[in-house]
Amino acid sequence: MAKLHNVSFKLNGKAVAAEVEARELLIYTLRERLAHTGAHIGCETSHCGACTVDCNGASVKSCTVLTVQCAGADVLTVEGLERGGALHALQQAFHEEHGLQCGYCTPGMLMRAYRLLEENPNPSEAEIRYGMSGNLCRCTGYQNIVKAVQSAARKLAAKPAAA
Amino acid sequence: MIPPSFDYHAPRSLGEAVSLLSSLGDEAKLLAGGHSLLPMMKLRFAQPAHLIDLGAISDLRGIREENGALVIGAMTTEAELLQSALVRNKLPLLAEGASQIADPQVRYRGTIGGDISHGDPGNDHPALMLALDASFVVTGPRGQRTLPANGFFLGLYSTQLAPAEILTQIRIPIPAAGTGWSYQKLKRKTGDFATAASAVLLRMKGTTVAQVAIALTNAAPTALRAAAAERALVGKAINAASLAEAARLAMGICQPAADLRGDGAYKTAMCGEMTRRALEAALARARA
Repeated sequence: MAKLHNVSFKLNGKAVAAEVEARELLIYTLRERLAHTGAHIGCETSHCGACTVDCNGASVKSCTVLTVQCAGADVLTVEGLERGGALHALQQAFHEEHGLQCGYCTPGMLMRAYRLLEENPNPSEAEIRYGMSGNLCRCTGYQNIVKAVQSAARKLAAKPAAA
Repeated sequence: MIPPSFDYHAPRSLGEAVSLLSSLGDEAKLLAGGHSLLPMMKLRFAQPAHLIDLGAISDLRGIREENGALVIGAMTTEAELLQSALVRNKLPLLAEGASQIADPQVRYRGTIGGDISHGDPGNDHPALMLALDASFVVTGPRGQRTLPANGFFLGLYSTQLAPAEILTQIRIPIPAAGTGWSYQKLKRKTGDFATAASAVLLRMKGTTVAQVAIALTNAAPTALRAAAAERALVGKAINAASLAEAARLAMGICQPAADLRGDGAYKTAMCGEMTRRALEAALARARA
């Protein structure tokens, strides 16, 4: 039996802990131990971005991060975007702009767009396409995904407190 | 796609990391950003018994200017390079190269030191380091030494790093004001390695080339400095004839491996084309 590590970190603002083997990937800890199934497993080879979560202020592909690397980290998943029952501006914008079709890539898209807008609140279309280029949509719904991110940027600019 | 089992170590200091690495020997691998190593472990191309995570050693991060050079900690991420005003202003070639590596998520994790130490000719930093005349500070059980980038890369996944040595710092001299730059990278899609890429630094004197550095990515088992192409350009104007000759000489040193990105002849031709484009773009940015 491989040695277990007790890893504590913050998940959507709450302290959590998990006993994991060193080789366990963050996506499995989130989905199977902590019952946060928002982040999806797509390719599992760090190409598709469906497993994107925010970790210490960076978008990361949680299929290519070991849980033991997240000791003490501040992790945000799609479950942590809504506040007090109100959708985050990005979630509202994806809904309004039809930024999803099958929805499989959406949690990763939302979490990547969240960090993109934190760093660049008023991105150009080219900056959005470059900034979202680590996330694939197999429905190829990119036009509306870009529109949704643009719409969310306008919503956040109009109501900075909602960020 | 789960990596094989290993023992995990998270040293808090460089000294601790070096002694762990020397005591565990070749059973151990260093973990930097993990975006080359973890995928290789998932595929069982690498099965280290121990991983030594350098993530908790704060001395290995950061960017500062010192004596006409930028000194970059080996664990500095691509995203940190891109966010750095020092890098953007003093080493725009490095910023242009880093902006074309993988995708945003990978750039938040991937490190300059990991990219260099891995010794993969498909990685972008080796050619950038050759073009920039960088040197590498490495620390091992017998202390510290500094190695020039030129000569550091020995072959596929093989570098001058001795078994228990860790790359700790990258030192890059700041090019003279007015130096033009470009990194031209042909890739099939975001996240792919280069089919071919060329890094150029160019200093002009009037209408002729005073100094030029050209380095190639994924053109051979290591990144290559295209020295003959550089020599042919010095003292000449940049025009269709000198560009064609530089591209021809750069292509002459290419020995790319055929793969899904193309056969040897195609990749060699693209190395020539990327070199031509990088020289033209660098010329447009150079001030005599």
